[in-house]
Amino acid sequence: MSGTVGTTSTRAAGTLVLDPIKCDGRGLCHDIAPHLIELDEWGYPLLPGGSLRAPLDRDDLGAARDATHACPLLALHIDKPPAA
Amino acid sequence: MTGRLGIGSRATLADHVAQHGYLPRVPGRRGAAPGALVDQVEAAGLRGRGGGWFPTHLKLRAVVDSSHGRGRLSRTRNPLVIANGMEGEPASGKDAVLLTSAPHLVLDGIQAAARTIGATDAFIAVHRGAPTVAAVERALDDRARAGIDEIRIRIVTPPARYVASEESALAHWVGDGQATPVFPDRPFQRGSAGRPTLVQNVETLAHLGLVAHHGGAWFASVGAPSAPGTTLVTVGGGVANAGVLEVPTGTSVADILRACGGATGPIRGFLTGGYGGGWVESGDFGSVAWDPDSVRAGGGVIGASVLWAVDENTCPLDEMARVTAWMAGESAGQCGPCIFGLPAVASDMRSLSLRQMDEAGAKRLRGRLGLITNRGGCKHPDGTARFVATGLAAFRDEVDLHLDGRCSAVGHRHLTDAHALPVPAARLPELDRHGRDFT
Repeated sequence: MSGTVGTTSTRAAGTLVLDPIKCDGRGLCHDIAPHLIELDEWGYPLLPGGSLRAPLDRDDLGAARDATHACPLLALHIDKPPAA
Repeated sequence: MTGRLGIGSRATLADHVAQHGYLPRVPGRRGAAPGALVDQVEAAGLRGRGGGWFPTHLKLRAVVDSSHGRGRLSRTRNPLVIANGMEGEPASGKDAVLLTSAPHLVLDGIQAAARTIGATDAFIAVHRGAPTVAAVERALDDRARAGIDEIRIRIVTPPARYVASEESALAHWVGDGQATPVFPDRPFQRGSAGRPTLVQNVETLAHLGLVAHHGGAWFASVGAPSAPGTTLVTVGGGVANAGVLEVPTGTSVADILRACGGATGPIRGFLTGGYGGGWVESGDFGSVAWDPDSVRAGGGVIGASVLWAVDENTCPLDEMARVTAWMAGESAGQCGPCIFGLPAVASDMRSLSLRQMDEAGAKRLRGRLGLITNRGGCKHPDGTARFVATGLAAFRDEVDLHLDGRCSAVGHRHLTDAHALPVPAARLPELDRHGRDFT
C-alpha cells in the first residue's frame, strides 16, 4: 500500500453484512438507503460490491445503520472493525 | 496404477485386517492439543476429497481449537465427527464405490479422526435409500461383533438432496433434523446443535485411515507434492469404460482417459469437478495433471474429482440446460437469488439449447450469472453459475451457432444415450420453499 495514503481514509468504518437466509426481499433497506442498497430484478437487496459483506465508508455508516434498523427480519447487521 | 483403497474388492473385515492390520492405537486429544496423528496428517499433506481440497490437518486443529473455547462462537466443548458419504454430485460415483469396496478403511478413519479431536459422537451419513446403506450397516455390525471400535459410529440417512450434502446442511440435519444450509457456515465452530463439528468426505477419511495405519511419509510417497496420495476419479461421457478408478494425484488427464479404454471419438471438452464444477475446452487439457492446483491452472475445477468427456454427438448446451434445470430444483429455497435466479438461468439455458435465444437474451443470461454469485447462504447458486458461465465460455462457438438457430451436434443422441450427464429422478422445480422436504 502506498505510504501517501492515510490509513484512516482506507480503513472501512464497518462492514455491512446481509444474512441471505433471513432476508425475504421486503425491500425496506432499499427504501431507506437507496444509494447504498439496490434491488436485483427479483427484489432482493444488492449490497455495494455485489456480495454479502460490504465495507462501509464513514459517510455511509449512518445510512447503513438506518437500513439495518428498518429490516423487520433482522437480516442486516454491521460488523465493527476490530479496535486498532 | 496404484491401488491403496482397494476399489472393486468388496473387502470384508477379515480382508481389511489381512491387508492393513488392526487400527493402531491412536493417541487421544489432550485439552487444547489434538492427538499426535494430526502431525502425521500434516506430513501426509492430506487434502479433503469432498470437493474443496482443504488441508485436513487445519480442519482437525480448527475443531479442537473451537471446542477448547478458543472459537468464541462455540457453546459447548464436545466435538463430533460426521463422515460425508452422501455423494451429492450425480455425476460422481466414488463415495458409493468406496463404501462398497472398502468400508472398513473409512470406518478406521472415522475412529482415528474422532480420537484425534476428542469427539464424543461419530456419524456416517449416506443418503436415504442409497444401496450403500446396507454395505455400511453390514460393516458396522461386523465391527460391533469384533468389538474393535472405541467410539460407536452411527449411520444416518439424510434426504437425497443436492444441498443436503453441503457441510453445514449435513451438520444441521444431524443436530436438528433439517438438511438445509446454515449461514454463516462454520460447522467447525458451531455445527450440529452448536457443537464443533468435523465434516469430512468418506474418501478423505479413508486416506486418513491409511495415514493412521501406515504413516504420513508413506502416504506422501505417491502423487503430486501439492496434494499427495491417490484420488478416486469418476470418468464418464465419451469414453470406452466409464466408471470410478483410483490414480495417484497428478496423473495426466490423457492417462486417466487411457485407463478408461480411451475416448470413443473426438472430444469437444470436459466437465470437471461435477455440477458445481467447471467446463473446459478439450484443447491441450489432456496434458493437465489431475490435482487441484494443476486443474485450476488448466481452467477447470477438480471438485469431487469428476471428469466427463463431451463427444461430438452431444450438444453441450443441451446437457447444460438439463442439468441447470435440475440444479434449480435442488435449491433449498432459502435465499432469493437462488429461489428466483436459478430458475431464471435454467429458463434462459432452455431457450438457448432450443435455439430460441437472441443476443439480447444471451446478454441478460450473462448478467444474471453475475447477479446470483456470492449472494447465497451456501455455494449452490455460485456453483450453478460457474457451471453455466464456464460452459458458455468453453463452447462459445456452439453458443454462436445456437443464437443463429443452428447446432453442430450430429444426431442429438443425448436424451437416451449413456453419454448424457446423469440427472436423478426429476423433482418438481415449481414447488415453493414450503413444499420441499428436507427432513
